[in-house]
Amino acid sequence: MKSASGPRDSDRSRSSPQAAIQGPVELNDVVVASVGGQGGLLATRVLAQVLSTEGMQVKTSEVHGMAQRGGSVLSFIRRGRGSFAPVIGQGGADALLGLELMEAARALPYLRPGGLVVASTERVIPVPVLTGQYEYPEDLAAVLAGRAGRLVLLPAGEIAAELQNSRVANVACLGALAACVAIPVGVWHEAIRGSVPPRTVEINLAAFERGWAVTGTG
Amino acid sequence: MTLDGHSVLLYGNEAIARGAYEAGVRVAAAYPGTPSTEIIEAMAGYDEVYVEWSPNEKVALEVAIGAAIGGGRAMAAMKHVGVNVAADPLMTVANTGVLAGLVLVSADDPGMHSSQNEQDSRWWGRFARIPVLEPADSAEAREFTALAFELSERFDTPVLLRTVTRISHARSPVVLAPRSEPPMREYQRNPAKYVIVPANARRLKPKILERLVELREYAETSPVNRIDWPEAAAEGPAPRGFVTGGMAYNYVTEAFPDAPVFKLGMSFPLPERALREFAARVRILYVVEELDPFWELELRAMGLAVVGKALFPEAGELSVELVRRGVVSNEPSAGGAEPALRTGAGPPPAELAALPGRPPVLCPGCPHRGVFHILRRMRLTVAGDIGCYTLGVMPPFEAMDTCICMGASIGNAIGMRRVLPPEQAARVVAVIGDSTFVHSGITPLIDAVYNGTDITVLILDNFTTAMTGHQGHPASGLDARGREAPRVSLEELVAACGVKRSWVVDPLEPRSLESAIRQAIAPGEGPAVVIARRACALIDRSLRGAPPVKYDPEACIECGACLRLGCPALARAGKRPQVQSHLCVGCDLCVKVCPKGALQSGRGGETA
Repeated sequence: MKSASGPRDSDRSRSSPQAAIQGPVELNDVVVASVGGQGGLLATRVLAQVLSTEGMQVKTSEVHGMAQRGGSVLSFIRRGRGSFAPVIGQGGADALLGLELMEAARALPYLRPGGLVVASTERVIPVPVLTGQYEYPEDLAAVLAGRAGRLVLLPAGEIAAELQNSRVANVACLGALAACVAIPVGVWHEAIRGSVPPRTVEINLAAFERGWAVTGTG
Repeated sequence: MTLDGHSVLLYGNEAIARGAYEAGVRVAAAYPGTPSTEIIEAMAGYDEVYVEWSPNEKVALEVAIGAAIGGGRAMAAMKHVGVNVAADPLMTVANTGVLAGLVLVSADDPGMHSSQNEQDSRWWGRFARIPVLEPADSAEAREFTALAFELSERFDTPVLLRTVTRISHARSPVVLAPRSEPPMREYQRNPAKYVIVPANARRLKPKILERLVELREYAETSPVNRIDWPEAAAEGPAPRGFVTGGMAYNYVTEAFPDAPVFKLGMSFPLPERALREFAARVRILYVVEELDPFWELELRAMGLAVVGKALFPEAGELSVELVRRGVVSNEPSAGGAEPALRTGAGPPPAELAALPGRPPVLCPGCPHRGVFHILRRMRLTVAGDIGCYTLGVMPPFEAMDTCICMGASIGNAIGMRRVLPPEQAARVVAVIGDSTFVHSGITPLIDAVYNGTDITVLILDNFTTAMTGHQGHPASGLDARGREAPRVSLEELVAACGVKRSWVVDPLEPRSLESAIRQAIAPGEGPAVVIARRACALIDRSLRGAPPVKYDPEACIECGACLRLGCPALARAGKRPQVQSHLCVGCDLCVKVCPKGALQSGRGGETA
């Protein structure tokens, strides 16, 4: 039996809530909320790669299965030292990336006070709304604004439509997120290149640039 | 994955496959099941390994046992409930032992993200008297898998590797190594070991008991069990310490980074002496384990004073917060990580609780939709089964009465047919998917033939195991590497079972489907089978590029027939449909259901 002694470095550094609102957000723990089929898992893969830095461990957690039949998909990306869980607790995420507006709102409890929210304004109508049991909520942007230290909304669906590829909306959202954080753009480009099918690299990079531009001007 | 010596981010499932590959596994067999499926999918990327989707978990384990007896390292992988199916060979191979290493992977699903129960696979260790290894991340998943093969050969036993959803579907860094293939162990006929007649079994039993003693001794010094005693913790008796392992280890160390932890990498058998020594060094000993109080009972049986399930839930997944809260409820001054930050977040606001849910639904174009449309219309009693089509129980169909386990629909229908009042008994149908039918629907169908039970069986044949992400099966025509494979014909199979009445219909042709079901439920001798055949909409090439349906508001009489199909591509605008063109795949089921031609096929031509 091994007996390890000495400090277990579980000091997962965090910026204070206030500090995050002004300058670039320090990104350690990110929640990605999406609808099955929107590419939330690809966004998770890119973020994991982007956050992989020397001396730090990256972990992600996802749930496959039932969620993929048009259900809510939630995944977590965490960066830290020592031993930690791949799952983010309530109030633990530095940033929330929402590929669909209502799913972004649903994931808000995971956001830390003052955290960053980047959300697509795209609405994917769930069956209880299609069948008339529920209304799709109208005031979601206000709900997000009420909880976020910084909120970036982007028309990722429209960006993807302009690029004539509905699958790149997720990468447009990553672009908007990237513009809020202090990670060199080349790191993002490399992660996207390594994660998307080779023949779609250019169009994904174009979507990334457009998402980035939304934050830059907004 | 040729990056030997490099660190890569892998899912737990990929790491298990990698560990087995590096350990020189020669045969890997499985039946898909969340969260275990990607183990074999990743294994299919290694050309040196024979990889198969087996018809069910029992066969998968039997194939692996055969390989291990034959002298090559072998692995079987399945979800937790799959081990129930494989329990028969497992309980016996636990007695015979093996020649080459045999590893059984069971992927548990605490929280039931995609399962019918959350049974705790560690009990198999005690039940079968076999070692259970349990990794806490992907690096350990790789390492423990390789170790499992070594232990299997060293102690002449199958080894259970237990993982959970948060290990299997979580990524963390893994350092890869090249494959090192141990030489084949030479096969020698050994019926005294491998033919389990009572005389041999009686001789083997004492050896199994001795093996367990040896395994307990191994656990005392095994590197997979370890104590983390942080510098910040007291050298004398610490105020509190934890016995934990697997996923729970991550929650404990994050919640209480300064507390001593006894991490169990081997969940069974336990290292009693080492645990006693650890217990003597802490004032309060907490046992934190996901699901059942398995270790807690073991520790209590040792006479140790521990606190466990009284504080930490037995149902569902644990979390950092649940661990922290449990300890603080026992010791208000215990603290734990970052409580201030967590409480600052506050409870979710009311407007979030009121958000409409997003339940899983049948996809646009799903052939099952046509089946449940008719089943609801005919008000039949439906014994259901496991697959995407279990969603038939949900609104707007609500057309399923039972779903117990893989393959249960047909047996359940037989039983119901034998006790319900005659009027109702005649309206019992079993609904089962193609992959599930091959898994365990054939034997109950033979039962119905043999005993002359007049039931109707609907086999929903979509050419794939859709629920778990489109794996091949014996009637799909594709193997585990996605290559073409011989295809078992369901109609020939059904006929060979002795079924005299059968139909093959397109489930998206409501009239012919209803007509076939009506004929099938008419009184007859023995069972009738309707094969509703159409490819899963997600793999159906014929639907690619099909134009969406068109809506003519002038013709619509607001009857709602189309909306009762629960298709995500038809929104409700008052009493009228609104075609979601970006979602519609042009399956045209709604066109056939509309009585007034208000919905028209986008393909042009006739509408029905």
